[in-house]
Amino acid sequence: MTLPNGWEMVVGLEVHTELRTATKMFCGCANVFGAEPNTRVCPVCLGLPGSLPVLNERAVSMAMAIGLALHCTIAPSTFHRKNYFYPDMPKDFQISQYDLPINARGYLDLTDSTRVTIERAHLEEDTGKSTHLGGTGRIHGADRSLVDYNRSGVPLVEIVSGPDIRSSLQARLYAGELRAVLIATGASDGRMEEGSMRIDANVSVRRSGDPFGTRCEIKNLNSLRSLQRAIEFEAERQVALIEDGGVVRQETRHWDENAGTTSTMRVKEEAEDYRYFREPDLVDLAPSAAWQERVAEAMGPMPAQRRAAVLELLGDASGAQRDAVDVVIDLGLERFVHATAAAGGDVPVAIARVANELAATDDVSRLSVEAFVATVAMEARGQLSATQAKTVLAELLSTGGDPAAIAAAKGFEQLSADSLGGTVAGLIEANPDEWTRYRDGDDKLAQFFVGLVMRETRGQANGKAVIAELQARR
Amino acid sequence: MSELTRAEVAHVAKLARLRLSDDELDLFTVQLAKILDHAADMQSLDLADVVATAHPYGLINVVRDDVVRPSLERDEVLAMAPDAEDGRFAVPRIMGEAP
Repeated sequence: MTLPNGWEMVVGLEVHTELRTATKMFCGCANVFGAEPNTRVCPVCLGLPGSLPVLNERAVSMAMAIGLALHCTIAPSTFHRKNYFYPDMPKDFQISQYDLPINARGYLDLTDSTRVTIERAHLEEDTGKSTHLGGTGRIHGADRSLVDYNRSGVPLVEIVSGPDIRSSLQARLYAGELRAVLIATGASDGRMEEGSMRIDANVSVRRSGDPFGTRCEIKNLNSLRSLQRAIEFEAERQVALIEDGGVVRQETRHWDENAGTTSTMRVKEEAEDYRYFREPDLVDLAPSAAWQERVAEAMGPMPAQRRAAVLELLGDASGAQRDAVDVVIDLGLERFVHATAAAGGDVPVAIARVANELAATDDVSRLSVEAFVATVAMEARGQLSATQAKTVLAELLSTGGDPAAIAAAKGFEQLSADSLGGTVAGLIEANPDEWTRYRDGDDKLAQFFVGLVMRETRGQANGKAVIAELQARR
Repeated sequence: MSELTRAEVAHVAKLARLRLSDDELDLFTVQLAKILDHAADMQSLDLADVVATAHPYGLINVVRDDVVRPSLERDEVLAMAPDAEDGRFAVPRIMGEAP
C-alpha cells in the first residue's frame, strides 16, 4: 500500500491479552472461556459492597514474563481505579495501573529487522460482556442490553507500543511477533477470534518531517488481516481528508470488516476524564529480585531465537522457506524439524511438511516425532513419493500408528528400490533407441522414461528416484 | 480559598452521574473548596526529608495462590438484580460502546 507522495503514517498499537491463569485477577472465580453466562461470578467480580480484591500471584508472574520477553524494566507498581459508568463494569470502575505500571520501556524486534519500542505493559482487569438487543428487534423487539460477568475480573496485560510503526505491514508484523511472544511466555493463548488477544490501533498521518498529526483510535480489529486493512483504509482516509482541506478529529472509529471501512464511534469532545485514583483496597506491588529470577528461569526461548535455530539448519533459506519457518514457529512445531535434522534427514522437506500438512490440522498429538522423521526419511529415500508421504502423514495425524505399516496398507511399499529397479530395467529393454540416445547425452529423454515409469506404476513412483535409477545405469 | 469553580463541580457531578440543583451546586462548590484548601494546607508543609509513602500500611505484594474457589449460584445472583433474561443481567439499552 502506498500513501500519496510525501505522506507518512504514524501508528501505535495497544494490545490487550487475557492471561491464562486458573482464576480471575482479584478473586477465586475460574477464568474460563465459553462457560454458561454468570456462572463464574462472586461478590468481588460483581462489585458487591464490602467485597475486597486480593491479587492473583500467577497473574503477576505472567505479567513479568511478558515484560521480560519485551525487554522491559520491571518496576515497583501500584493499582488505580479508572472510573466510568458502563454496565459491563459492575463496580463502575476498572482496576488498572496508571502512572506506575509493572513493566516499562522495552522493545520488540520484528522479522523485517525493525524495532518497535514498548512504552509499558501493565496489569488490569477485563470487563463483562454485553449483548445489545433491540434496534433490529431480534428478541421481543426489546430495547435493552444483557450482561454476562464471567469475563469481569479476568486478568489482562495491556501492551502499549510507541508511535514507531510506519506501515500497515509493519503493524501486522508487530502484532504477529507480539502474539508469538505472548504464546511463548505461556501467558496467553493469543486467540484473537475468541477475544483473548485484542488490538486497538492509533493512526495518524503527516507530511514527512512534520510533527505528529491528530490521531484516531480504531477498534474491532479481530484478526491480523483486519488490522492491516483497517490501518491502510484509515491512513488513506485521513490523507484524502486533509488534502481536501479538512481536519482530522480525534475520535474512536469502528472497523467494519465487511464494508472494509472505519466509521465514527465516539468523538472525544473533552479529554477523557476517568478520575484515576489509587485503589485503596490493594497494596503496592514490588516483586523481589528472587521472584523476578524465578519467572526468568521458567521462561523458554523466545520466537526470534527459535526461528534463528531452525533457519540455521537450512543455511541459505529462500523467501518461501522463511515464510514456512514462521509458520512452524508460530505453531510451536519445530520439534519435528529438529528431530529430522538430528536424524540426518531432509530438513527442507520436514519444514514444508510441518508448514503445510501439520499446520492444516488443529491437533498433532497423535503424530509422534519418530513417525514424522521416519516418513520424511522414506520420502527422501524414494520409498514414498511426495504425494504418498502427504497421504501417510494425514493418516498419522488422524489415527497415529507406524508409517511403514500405513504405507504397506495403502499399497505404497511395492515401490521399493528393488521393484523400481526392475520396472526401469524392463522399460530400458523395451525402448532401446531412446535408451541409447539418453546414454549418448540427451538428458531430455530422462523425462520420457519417468513418464513411462509413472504410467506403469500408476503414479506411485518417485520421480527423483526414477532419475537416480536411470543415472545409475547410464 | 481554592479556585474551584461552580463549572468544575458541575463537571465532576456529571461524571459521577449526579443531578444537582442550582442550590446544591452552590453549596458543594463551597464545601469542596474547603476540602481542597485543607489539602493545600498540607502541601505547604516542608516534607523534603520525608520518604514518599504510597500506602498507610507498610505491606507490599499481598497476593493469593491461583486456586479456583466456588462461585455463587447464578439464580441467587440474578435474583438480586432488578431484571434478568437468558441467565444474564438485563439493563436499559446501552447507547454507544464502552469507553
